[in-house]
Amino acid sequence: MARKVTGRHVAISTVAAWLAGFVIFFPILWMVLASFKTELEAFATPPSFLFFHWTTENYVTVQERSDYLHHALNSLIIAGGSTLIAMLIAIPAAWSMAFSPTKRTKDILLWMLSTKMMPPVGVLVPIYLIYKNMGLLDTRSGLVFILCLGNLPIVIWMLFTYFKEIPKDILEAARMDGATIGRELIYVLTPMAIPGLASTMLLNLILAWNEAFWTLNLSTLNAAPLTTFIASYSSPEGLFWARLSAASTLAIAPILIIGWFSQKQLVRGLTFGAVK
Amino acid sequence: MATRQTQILARALLSPAVILLFIWMIVPLALTVYFSTLHYSLLDPGSERFVGLENFEYFLTDPAFLASLQNTLVLVGSVLLLTIGLGIPLAILLDQPVIGRNIIRLMVIAPFFVMPTVSALVWKNLLMHPVSGLFAWIATSLGMTPIDWFTNAPLLAVIFIVAWQWLPFATLILLTALQSLDEEQKEAAEMDGASALSRFIYLTVPHLARPITVVILIETIFLLTVFAEIFVTTGGGPGLQTTNIAFLVYSQALIQFDVGTASAGGLVAVVIANIVAFFLVRIVGRNLEA
Repeated sequence: MARKVTGRHVAISTVAAWLAGFVIFFPILWMVLASFKTELEAFATPPSFLFFHWTTENYVTVQERSDYLHHALNSLIIAGGSTLIAMLIAIPAAWSMAFSPTKRTKDILLWMLSTKMMPPVGVLVPIYLIYKNMGLLDTRSGLVFILCLGNLPIVIWMLFTYFKEIPKDILEAARMDGATIGRELIYVLTPMAIPGLASTMLLNLILAWNEAFWTLNLSTLNAAPLTTFIASYSSPEGLFWARLSAASTLAIAPILIIGWFSQKQLVRGLTFGAVK
Repeated sequence: MATRQTQILARALLSPAVILLFIWMIVPLALTVYFSTLHYSLLDPGSERFVGLENFEYFLTDPAFLASLQNTLVLVGSVLLLTIGLGIPLAILLDQPVIGRNIIRLMVIAPFFVMPTVSALVWKNLLMHPVSGLFAWIATSLGMTPIDWFTNAPLLAVIFIVAWQWLPFATLILLTALQSLDEEQKEAAEMDGASALSRFIYLTVPHLARPITVVILIETIFLLTVFAEIFVTTGGGPGLQTTNIAFLVYSQALIQFDVGTASAGGLVAVVIANIVAFFLVRIVGRNLEA
């Protein structure tokens, strides 16, 4: 690192970058602030930035009036369940393609990718009708199933790119030593694959938690996750800004934290390994 | 060496995923094709009959289709322009020696993790409300008339919301690409006396060409299907001003209960997405060889 970096250069870019970061982050900050205001203060002009009467009553109201925890639990079950099932199906598939590739592996991978590109509206009608006939509308299992299938291609792709990086020589060595496939899987492969597995799971959890096409169309109340619950604030109740902000803050907080931890893997996962 | 046994095992491990995805892709799509040839309304059960391509004719000649196609293209195009146009300078800025870069990175990436319904409602109410929103207050303070976003410029309002959600994605990918640019190459160019501008034009821009293409293609796939942001803010209106193809198909299916026409519209959306997907698959596929 022999590049000259002047103090002035650092000062200017630091100020510019902090300013840009602040502007981009501001809507979230503003929402969090509003969640601690009273309804009147949230609505007031001119707005108060810090010197208002801080209160946590909105968080209590959100739970009491609309059973927030019920929807949070739905989100957790739907996002978590669909992620777990997707992993169970994807791990063997990605393992097989990464370590026993055939002539058709590349075609299969690209085909899987192409299923992700089908716009959901293209199949909205049949899925809705099938769900209606099978009594799956507004059920958690219905949503788990559809989100699992929807994200399966991304999960397989991410796992594949991670598995691909595990040196094959190690597997050969294990086989030479007489390890069976089962032992190879448990003692050699798993420890090396854990970082990849973890980041794939986290990314998929984020995608499933924030999914807002199928959840909005296929759930109303019983199975409604937080995306659908927040959407209910678009009705006249949306006039309760402080309450909307409190519910929103709770809804995004866990995923924001997970997201911040897995931001590096995000690029790789969402570009299907095209940018690393 | 792959023995016959491991080959069989490999196939057995792969098949559940392949079979599931195959069913997931083929069954609903086949049903959509089938429904699209029927006169089929949920409000009028029992009246299903084969009508050939009539639904397509009806959908494609409906003025709502042209309006929504135009809105879709404007939405996708504007968001791409905004996210890439702002994402490039932002990524370059974050690639500089900046104090507290990790914290800034966290702030910049945050909007991407906010669920669409939350960002849409926060923007619509807390920021864009014509009387009590923050933008209105800023405008009044500067002596301007506040804009009633969702009445006078609804599509622009939706564009801003969606662009805010996708700016982090573009920035992060471009930044990742910039950081993989060889430091030695930059130094060599600097030693040879290349100015900052020519280093940017001859070194940085060519290096960013590929990640920019990737951003365009991936964003396009997601932007073609923008739904929740419209659903919770405008409901497609006023009139058809913010109805995109995804929303039009939704409203035909679940508001007007016209299964036949909605299916035809869904297939039109599939065709449009496939044109984009074709290019993306080629680019990613080329990468797979390396």
